[in-house]
Amino acid sequence: MSLISLKVNGQTHSFDLDPTTPLLYVLSDDLGLRGPKFGCGLGQCGSCTVLVKGQAVRSCITAVEAVQGLEIVTLEGLGTVDKPHPIQKAFIEEQAAQCGYCLNGVILTAKAFLDRNPKATEAEIQVGMSRVLCRCFTHTRMLRAIGRAKQEMAR
Amino acid sequence: MKSSSLPLTEISMAKGAADALERAGFSRRTFIKGTGALIVSFSMGGALRTLGARQTRAGAFGENPAADSPPTVEVDSWLAIGSDGTVTAYTGKEELGQGMSTAQTQLVAEELCVPFERVKLIVADTSLTPDQGVTSGSQSHPANFNHANLAGACATAREALLQLGSKRLNIPVEELVAVDGTIRSKSDATKKVAYADLVAGKKFDIKVDPAAKRKPASEWTVLGKPIGRPDMAQMATGTFEYVHNVRVPGMLHGMVVRPAAVGANLMDVDESSVSGMPGFVKVVVKKNFVGVVAEKNWQAVQIARALKVTWSNAPELPKQETFYDHLRNQKPTRDTMSVNSKDVDEKLASAATVVKATYYHPYQMHGSVGSSCAVADVQGDKATVWSPTQGVWHQRATLAMLLNLKPENVRVIFRRGSGCYGINGADAVTYDAALLSQAVGKPVRIQLTRKDEMAWENYGFAFTIDERAGLDAQGNIIAWDHEAWAPVLGNRPVYTYPGNVITGFLAGFQPEEFRPRSPAPEPAAFSNNANAVPSYVVGHVGGADHGAGTIKSERVLLHNVVSPFWTGPLRSPQRLQNTFAHESFMDELAARVKADPVEFRLRHLSAQRMVDVVKATAKAANWDARPSPRPRPAAADGVVSGRGISCVAYEGDNGFSAMVAEVEVELATGKLSVKRLVVSIDAGPISNPDGLRNQSEGGALQGTSRALGEEVTWDDHNVTSIDWRTYHSLPLGFAVPKVEVVLLNRPDVPATGAGETAITVVAGAIGNAIFDATGARIRQVPFTPERIKAALAG
Repeated sequence: MSLISLKVNGQTHSFDLDPTTPLLYVLSDDLGLRGPKFGCGLGQCGSCTVLVKGQAVRSCITAVEAVQGLEIVTLEGLGTVDKPHPIQKAFIEEQAAQCGYCLNGVILTAKAFLDRNPKATEAEIQVGMSRVLCRCFTHTRMLRAIGRAKQEMAR
Repeated sequence: MKSSSLPLTEISMAKGAADALERAGFSRRTFIKGTGALIVSFSMGGALRTLGARQTRAGAFGENPAADSPPTVEVDSWLAIGSDGTVTAYTGKEELGQGMSTAQTQLVAEELCVPFERVKLIVADTSLTPDQGVTSGSQSHPANFNHANLAGACATAREALLQLGSKRLNIPVEELVAVDGTIRSKSDATKKVAYADLVAGKKFDIKVDPAAKRKPASEWTVLGKPIGRPDMAQMATGTFEYVHNVRVPGMLHGMVVRPAAVGANLMDVDESSVSGMPGFVKVVVKKNFVGVVAEKNWQAVQIARALKVTWSNAPELPKQETFYDHLRNQKPTRDTMSVNSKDVDEKLASAATVVKATYYHPYQMHGSVGSSCAVADVQGDKATVWSPTQGVWHQRATLAMLLNLKPENVRVIFRRGSGCYGINGADAVTYDAALLSQAVGKPVRIQLTRKDEMAWENYGFAFTIDERAGLDAQGNIIAWDHEAWAPVLGNRPVYTYPGNVITGFLAGFQPEEFRPRSPAPEPAAFSNNANAVPSYVVGHVGGADHGAGTIKSERVLLHNVVSPFWTGPLRSPQRLQNTFAHESFMDELAARVKADPVEFRLRHLSAQRMVDVVKATAKAANWDARPSPRPRPAAADGVVSGRGISCVAYEGDNGFSAMVAEVEVELATGKLSVKRLVVSIDAGPISNPDGLRNQSEGGALQGTSRALGEEVTWDDHNVTSIDWRTYHSLPLGFAVPKVEVVLLNRPDVPATGAGETAITVVAGAIGNAIFDATGARIRQVPFTPERIKAALAG
């Protein structure tokens, strides 16, 4: 056990825990956040994605000790129902989900990608999203929403 | 809490559990407080339950509801109107992520003439909502949108409100209209009375009238509109509560340890291997069920990994390489004959040409992106569970068996999980949570590991299918013979079979018994529930034709055999597999007589709705009418392209769909690219066009993934498809084909299902497009590059 300090959505929290604990468990179980979700525990599907210093990171395979003190943003840190981030707004407007379980990873992966590639083509976006799974196969709408967000975020 | 009328209070929950429920807005008290409604239609049910009394069994759509379900024949079981005019509606048909809650809210708003925002829908909770069996099989629309159940209750209530308004206003009913939660005079809008003033504080106390007049689609203002899903913003901002997010005070965390091999028995558990680990609470063993409980989630994961468990050896599994022949040779069988004109052999003998082909479909899995999760709170003789199950009443009955409790002491509250597409791990994990909670007397949450989800779920059926048809000299089909083999083990647990899923079996319950039956009895009534009967035959049973086609000589025979793995409904169960075979074979027949595949289908179809979807799809796709395969152009880069069509009358009459697929195949490698999918769907009157589009788009692409890559694999003892590297789902970034959806609205016919229609036609359309492009027929799903390459060579 050791004292770990995490900065999540602008707030700093301290925990006394096994430093190898995957970040996801602390976010879900200790902070009660609903955005990051357990999908596979293997870093394969993307459901657990969070932004660490603006990069999409799979929190199910990231030990808390590796992200100590770094800026961590979860889906709920991006925007709210009343004030959604442009990319969240794009997904709402395109009705780009079915069960919505994967949405966390889809939106955050796309956000991190668009921040780095604001002029990405459709084909580049597809490559950028190639490690994210949606089993309801809402792909068409999701890619449309990401395209829409790209326009919005460019403004 | 006013305990006398609250079902909640009958179940003692952990301290704070009731509060958690209330925060989530699902307790009866919240409605009363929030809406001022005094209608507590189930206070009576609650009282009856307390007294041990029984209400009359009422028939819901295709189900036999539990005896103490709110009776589906009573309007009050479905609706309550609050003093503020809010309508609370109760439904057993769940939101599985497909938009059903939005559509049902539209239905209530429409039929009761209240704004969409004023309707609060309560979904699947054994203390609150009627028993509607399971939410599955494209039955939610047929069950709740036609004349019975929710739609019937709303229409009946509107008529009753008009009657009450007539009395109150002293104006004849014919001169009144229901608008915006009021009854008012058609000629004088000032003469009006609010619903709340007519009924709030009282029950309707009337039966659902199946003859109550539904509002015609031409007058719809809420139904039929592409209203966005109210849950979308919460999902997109990470605030929606999935079952995975349910937190109950004092809650512990569990994990299970499944057998080391399929069929292995537990020999020994060494508790000392983990008892010193941080957070350790308990090792739980019941027959072959093994689980652990810890204070925290990550601790439970580590303890389960570390626990030393010894399992017996298990018999070898049948070899995957020869499994399709194994199915064909299995004994005993349970045989089902769907149609039999008894002249098939004779007709085939007289045919100018007989064509035969065999098709293979693998086991596939639901593979929910979020592994299944549940929270259970079992204390003494009472239990409350939060479950993503598709059937809360079924779950309640089988949980009671598993825990040895009275069903009336078990409350099952539906909470949405990850999309399930059928029976994923939802029921099994709810049993897991309940067994662990019972053992520790505290609430326990468990979310399965990826491997535990994938290796032990109830897979969609593998199939070996023989198709045989006779053609006359003019190239018309004169006889169709279908014979299939499919393995089964377990199923949905329904009311009495906890052993139909892994956890119940491990805990000592047997799956539903396999009852051999051969030869098959002659069909007594027509059913095309499995789409075993192709669309092109007459389906003659009991003196009448029920099919969608013209071929009179017909025989359809299924042999079920025992499966080594658990099986159960996976989106379009059996229907997808059979339709792949039928539609591929139809294409083979068309090619044999050098007919255009669309024209050839139309020539053998009689059902107008089938004809319409095929024509609409061909038109939207700008179908290139000619026989397949396409005359091969000199493709400089070795890539050829083609188009294929496929269609289905889902379950015979529960929705109609056709699809045109356009593909490219790289000849040297067998690499397949699906470029475009055009899909038409006719699901009767359209409740929400955007929802229907979303379902059809998702079905088209999920079907593509299933056709191109998905196959459960195994070795001598275990399933080896245990993660996303070993089970191949097309990710968001694959070259997504252009998907175009054509909606055929049919306002004047009954509503049908729509969640499984589009997916059913995908493999056939893509396989036929591959044939068109290459001249090579691929008869085995999935269409991997290796298989395509082999087909090209052979």
